[in-house]
Amino acid sequence: MKTFTLLPVRSLLEGGRESAKPGSILKAGGVDLLDRMKEGLETPDRVVSIAHVPGHDGIEVGPPARIGALATLARLDSHAELRRVYPALADAAGGAATPQIRNMATLGGNLAQRPRCWYFRQAEFDCTKKGGAQCFALNGENRFHAIFDTDVCCCIHPSATAVALLAYAARVDTVGTRGKRSISIEDFFVAPREDPTRENQLAAGEVIEAVVLPAPAPGSRSVYKKLKEKESFDWPLVETAVSVSVSRGTIQDARVVLGSVSPVPRRARGAEKILAGARPSAELIARAAEAAVAGATPLSQNAHKVRLARVMVERALREILA
Amino acid sequence: MKRLLDVLREDCALTGTKEGCGEGECGACTVLIDGQAVNSCLVPFAQVAGSSVTTIEGLTGAEALQSAFIREGGAQCGICTPGMILAAVALPKDADLQDIRRGLAGNICRCTGYEGIYRSLRAAAIPARAAD
Ligand SMILES: Cc1cc2nc3c(=O)[nH]c(=O)nc-3n(C[C@H](O)[C@H](O)[C@H](O)COP(=O)(O)OP(=O)(O)OC[C@H]3O[C@@H](n4cnc5c(N)ncnc54)[C@H](O)[C@@H]3O)c2cc1C
Ligand code: FES
Ligand code: FES
Repeated sequence: MKTFTLLPVRSLLEGGRESAKPGSILKAGGVDLLDRMKEGLETPDRVVSIAHVPGHDGIEVGPPARIGALATLARLDSHAELRRVYPALADAAGGAATPQIRNMATLGGNLAQRPRCWYFRQAEFDCTKKGGAQCFALNGENRFHAIFDTDVCCCIHPSATAVALLAYAARVDTVGTRGKRSISIEDFFVAPREDPTRENQLAAGEVIEAVVLPAPAPGSRSVYKKLKEKESFDWPLVETAVSVSVSRGTIQDARVVLGSVSPVPRRARGAEKILAGARPSAELIARAAEAAVAGATPLSQNAHKVRLARVMVERALREILA
Repeated sequence: MKRLLDVLREDCALTGTKEGCGEGECGACTVLIDGQAVNSCLVPFAQVAGSSVTTIEGLTGAEALQSAFIREGGAQCGICTPGMILAAVALPKDADLQDIRRGLAGNICRCTGYEGIYRSLRAAAIPARAAD
């Protein structure tokens, strides 16, 4: 790996300013970044580390909840109050990776990590995501790739926490050289059709400061579920986070999110429409799950993921509407 | 650049910390940084400035667990063992099988089939609990 200077900074703003300079890149826990550097995908002269910036690893459950970008996945998992109010987020964090990695990985880094597509992760493949002309997975090894929005780049977004945060309609607060802003998580991600070389709309010098979750509606319930090939730690085959609020036997509002099925985490709006205003029943749940995967465009090796996604949504809904 | 793992093995000659995958999947390189188990293959050395790093050589207070690994067949070739032990010390004494499996999910063993390892952890916990 190329030699670099590690520059620890004292504030997120300084991190933004320094990382916007040529040849520099921002690092939090470093779990994702180190891997990309080792593969030669990033060759920075300076690694700007915000890992030890004080005051940004707090978890205030509120609600609304405010979680600092430097809170580790391990802390999200073990925070009893967060788990009580936002169980899908605690489970998404606690189900990701391994105990050792969760001790290092931060929430901000989890949201801003880059996809794990094996063509993207190898420097030899000049793929669409690297600004090249083709997506090698489209006609290559694509067992673990997307089943929606597969036309430009069929990678899947790797962030588990993003799936839960979409179900909670969270916002991402940032600081940067151009000031502060608060971005709805819906708008945070950038689909390949818009720009395949990035996954989110963070500008140069812009750093995630915190994630804010609104208070759950009264009578709401939520769940995160992940299906893996291995029983022990593994990346998901598909994952889902669902949040519904029920009042007097009727579903008021539903958010159904699918992860690991598309280049950016996906809201299954068809399923949400079927659920809203309806009374829970097995038939309704089956219909909503079917709608969640309607319009899927699986690749040569991953048609099975359509069924897995449908089943996961069905299980999640059954669990919270039972 | 050097990773914490490289400095431990090559500069400090502390070869108890092993390299398996080099990408955070196997746990052979587990050490404690300020008491927390992490993968030393994913830590640039400069990042630990000012932190305390514990390797298997410096671990104290886990003798009962270490003897249990020997007695119960928790170690065969031994490559995964230092990492297993450092990940295991984070577990509560009353961890059940489910907690143990979850707590060791980041440590791969190619030899034992894990049963010997789980047995070692449970055997070590029993006298400790009796002594509490
Ligand atoms: C074996 C293994 C298994 C894994 N399994 C899962 C899994 O199942 N689910 C899952 O979700 N993840 C999984 N991961 C990924 C892991 O969770 C992420 O790599 C980790 O969360 C990244 O966080 P970090 O703090 O280390 O980020 P870093 O590596 O420090 O940064 C990642 C990227 O985000 C940018 N960044 C970091 N912080 C900020 C910020 N505050 N603002 C703006 N940009 C920022 C950096 O510039 C960098 O480009 C796995 C990783 C490994 C190695
Ligand atoms: S060598 Fe570090 S996890 Fe495998
Ligand atoms: S004892 Fe050989 S890998 Fe675990």
